[in-house]
Amino acid sequence: MSTTIRTTYREALRMGLRDALARDERAFLMGEDVAHYGGTYAVSKSLHGEFGEDRVRDTPLSESGFVGAGIGAAMNGMRPIVEVMTVNFSLLALDQIVNNAATLRHMSGGQIEVPVVIRMTTGAGRQLAAQHSHSLEVWYAHVPGLRVVAPATLADARGMLWTALQDPDPVVIFEHAMLLPMEGELDADAGAVDIDHAAVRRPGTQLSLITYGGSLHKCLEAAEVLAREGVDAEVLDLRTLRPLDVDAIVASVTKTRRALVVDEGWKTCSLAAEIMALIVEHAFYDLDAPLARVCSAEVPIPYPKHLEDAALPQVGRIVAAACEVLSR
Amino acid sequence: MIEFRMPSLGADMEDGVFVEWCVAPGEPVARGQVACVVETQKGAIEVEIWDAGTVARLIAEPGQRIPVGQTMAIVASAGEDWQAVATSTATLAAPAAAVAALSPLAQAPAAPAAGLPSQPARVPAATGRPALPPRASPAARRRAAELGVDLDALAAATAGAPINVAEVERAAATAAARTAATGAAEAGATAAAPAAASPEAAMRAAIAAAMTRSKREIPHYYLGSEIEVERALQWLEEFNAPRPLAQRVLFAALALRAVALALREVPDLNGRFVDGRFHRSEAIHVGVVTSLRGGGVVVPAVHDADRLTLPELMASLRDVVARARSGRLRSSDLADSTITLTNLGDLGVETVYGVIYPPQVALVGLGRVVSRAAVRGGAIVATRTVNATLSGDHRVTDGLAGARFLTALRARFDDPQAP
Amino acid sequence: MSIESGEAHRLLWQMVRIRRFEEKCAELYSAGHIRGFLHLYIGEEAIAAGALPELRADDSILGTYREHGHALARGVPAGAIMAEMFGKREGCSGGRGGSMHLFDVSRRFFGGNAIVGGALPLAVGFALAEQMRGTDRVVACFFGEGAMAEGEFHESANLAALWKLPVMFLCENNLYAMGTALGRSQSNVDLCEKAHGYGMRALSVDGMDVLEVRDAMRRAVASVRAGEGPIFVEFRTYRFRAHSMFDPELYRDKAEVAAWRQRCPIERFVRTALEREWLDDAGVAAIESEVAAEIDEAVAIAHAGTWEPLEALERDVYVRAPAAPAARA
Repeated sequence: MSTTIRTTYREALRMGLRDALARDERAFLMGEDVAHYGGTYAVSKSLHGEFGEDRVRDTPLSESGFVGAGIGAAMNGMRPIVEVMTVNFSLLALDQIVNNAATLRHMSGGQIEVPVVIRMTTGAGRQLAAQHSHSLEVWYAHVPGLRVVAPATLADARGMLWTALQDPDPVVIFEHAMLLPMEGELDADAGAVDIDHAAVRRPGTQLSLITYGGSLHKCLEAAEVLAREGVDAEVLDLRTLRPLDVDAIVASVTKTRRALVVDEGWKTCSLAAEIMALIVEHAFYDLDAPLARVCSAEVPIPYPKHLEDAALPQVGRIVAAACEVLSR
Repeated sequence: MIEFRMPSLGADMEDGVFVEWCVAPGEPVARGQVACVVETQKGAIEVEIWDAGTVARLIAEPGQRIPVGQTMAIVASAGEDWQAVATSTATLAAPAAAVAALSPLAQAPAAPAAGLPSQPARVPAATGRPALPPRASPAARRRAAELGVDLDALAAATAGAPINVAEVERAAATAAARTAATGAAEAGATAAAPAAASPEAAMRAAIAAAMTRSKREIPHYYLGSEIEVERALQWLEEFNAPRPLAQRVLFAALALRAVALALREVPDLNGRFVDGRFHRSEAIHVGVVTSLRGGGVVVPAVHDADRLTLPELMASLRDVVARARSGRLRSSDLADSTITLTNLGDLGVETVYGVIYPPQVALVGLGRVVSRAAVRGGAIVATRTVNATLSGDHRVTDGLAGARFLTALRARFDDPQAP
Repeated sequence: MSIESGEAHRLLWQMVRIRRFEEKCAELYSAGHIRGFLHLYIGEEAIAAGALPELRADDSILGTYREHGHALARGVPAGAIMAEMFGKREGCSGGRGGSMHLFDVSRRFFGGNAIVGGALPLAVGFALAEQMRGTDRVVACFFGEGAMAEGEFHESANLAALWKLPVMFLCENNLYAMGTALGRSQSNVDLCEKAHGYGMRALSVDGMDVLEVRDAMRRAVASVRAGEGPIFVEFRTYRFRAHSMFDPELYRDKAEVAAWRQRCPIERFVRTALEREWLDDAGVAAIESEVAAEIDEAVAIAHAGTWEPLEALERDVYVRAPAAPAARA
């Protein structure tokens, strides 16, 4: 019986970073304010003292430059971990990620490996308005050549980084900002976890709630509400957004015959849309009701609290949508 | 002799309008020299010649629109007399087929012609107004097909509301109960069932639909074998001797167990053919054809027939037959069978040639137990035999599998105590 | 200006080889064997021919989409380059890249980048890796003056100078970013000043003179290898041909092109070499015939090359293939 420690998502991320820097001398962390400031969200706090400024390296505000440098260093034998402050800022580095990291293996005929890991925060909920709050995971999940993962639990926050760093292909990690202070129990000996499979976080028989990242915990809460109403909902945490674990999605829906996808991205052309399409392609004859989704409203995330809340998937909306699916 | 052609300067260039010559007949040209000017959609471009020689004849004229690959001039190679070349090619028209010669990439593996369907997709008949299918979920459609539930009738009964799996299964159970209860003929009391002329007619229609589908879709093959059951019957008589009447085991149960255990050895006969593929079933649920007193048949399943002891099997068989005849079958009784056994010996039939019950892929038939004279060790002895037949779905198995099954069945009857 | 025995031969051979190879490319393009975009280096050969021999085998090179000359000068076999342009499996990128994406990792030739400025941040990362490992390897990044209007140049120059990385920013200034003249796109046409603005050493060289290129590159490589930090080198040059094959050159005068052609780096070097008796006419002719034979062989290799089967379409996207959905049970 292993012992557990009480910790937070933020600290779990830091444990993962510390572990990677300690275990692999080729690994280094690079990004805006990761060293002296301690990380925008204090994820890398104290690490530069432990590993030195060479390996925990502040960069100027030049996303394209330092993300590209991370890609180049990866091509040249290092294992860089590049932190981008938020997914909104990562758009400045989209050229390097999409045109270089994702393509070099293919257009070199398999000669080049780009084992870079790019971490960024995502998601809304802190009244940061329309340039710091978006969930653009699907932009990256669209691109062949990238792997995209989204840790939603302490174990995944702790363990996905090391596995991603071992991957010979570029991996983008999305850390939901609202999860950073989340507290919980983590195995004292927690370590690397797989980044290929979705995980059933709550088994159920009547409805599949399919989600990832920050929305996982809203779905688990919704499932509890539904349970009190006598509805046995399953909650599937995708964990990996590209490539999607189609087998796990199909297995869940085949069992429950009903699915509701919850995704903090905007609805149009969303990950939710992709997941629904996969279900229709692979499990059409197992469906007993139309599919449904809860996504963010089609609006740049607004500043006032009540409007921001209204724009995002919330437990109440998830429960209501679930009831709608079950009533059909 | 060299043919100087309209060049391809990009995949988006199909032709060019000839503007002017920069060379004249009799003029020597060097590799890379500009020979003419061509107007393209992007603007005027100087066209180089890639072979050294002497210009023999100019074909293209200003203002002409010339496709990529078409000859514009004839150039004499080194050592050729340019005037002779000019004369000999005087009648040469610009070859029309030159464009095709200019597409070496056409040699590349044919791109996705394979993506096109080899047969035209099914299109709805153009004549008449096709009736819209009932609004049932995809899972309900599949279940309805499995259970033989008429979705149109069910849709009428539910006033057009979308139909789900649970409703299909309820309708199937209700229909089974009603048909089973035809003797009582209390048709008026059950309101929710699909409209039908009579329960007998509904059952007949359901059987007709299933059997028609079977004969339409399933390429049957039939194998038969006479199997000696003397030893099995003697063992059964000894088994039953000390037991009270209520606990005695009938030959039908022994045969059911033999079929189930033989199936374990030939699992490709046990399962369903759905969506164009065979899905083998781990569980062996044997559907037992049960005649109803009022006419018609139902085929309730004896679940996990290979895992039950003989007394358990007998109890299970009694239970489903009794419930079938009293109209208390559950939907799982009707839907779960992975193979069917039809035993018509009681009716005096010697050999059964059965029709497979879709989506199953095999049916086992047993005839009457008959006394025969057999030769054993050179002597004629009296023994008892039964004719066992197998109807198999040729899409899934061949005669080899069927033969292995009958051999396994024979071995089971030879050794009735085996686990 | 000194020259070792045999070096004149090598320099001329390399320039002629690039010139003739690219003329063959233009011919094969016109005939439809090569497709996509084809950007020829003709006129600029002195830079690749003069600069690349100054690098060591363990140094890294990143280039642009006008990189045939650099690939040849780095030693990538002509047959593998030609097969790549044909899209054949035997190409140096397995046929997946084409003219703009030549790669040969065994020779540390890292492409072949068709995003203007796109390789600059990569070069910074390459150099960072060398610095962190404590090697004396340098990273040479070629780009055109058009890239200097991109933010990626400025971000990369700042990072390289800030971290004193062993990277060489080698700008081939051919005066036109496609059809946009330098003066029409830059507020300050003194490119070295831009580098100076980041505290980086910078020099400007006549890119039509292979010996001047060689000497400047030799000094620059030595200083970067010695740990003096990044350097910017402007090679002033000119492309004699259009930007790509389908370009009527509406943006420049024929007289301007003709004037620059007078400064052809090959003709100029041949004149010098003959005058100083580094080479004789027979030697020059021998180079031409040797190169012609090599190019014939390269074209034969490309023609004989094989097409990849369609089944291989999705290879080389991931090392660990994404699991296909299992067949439904």
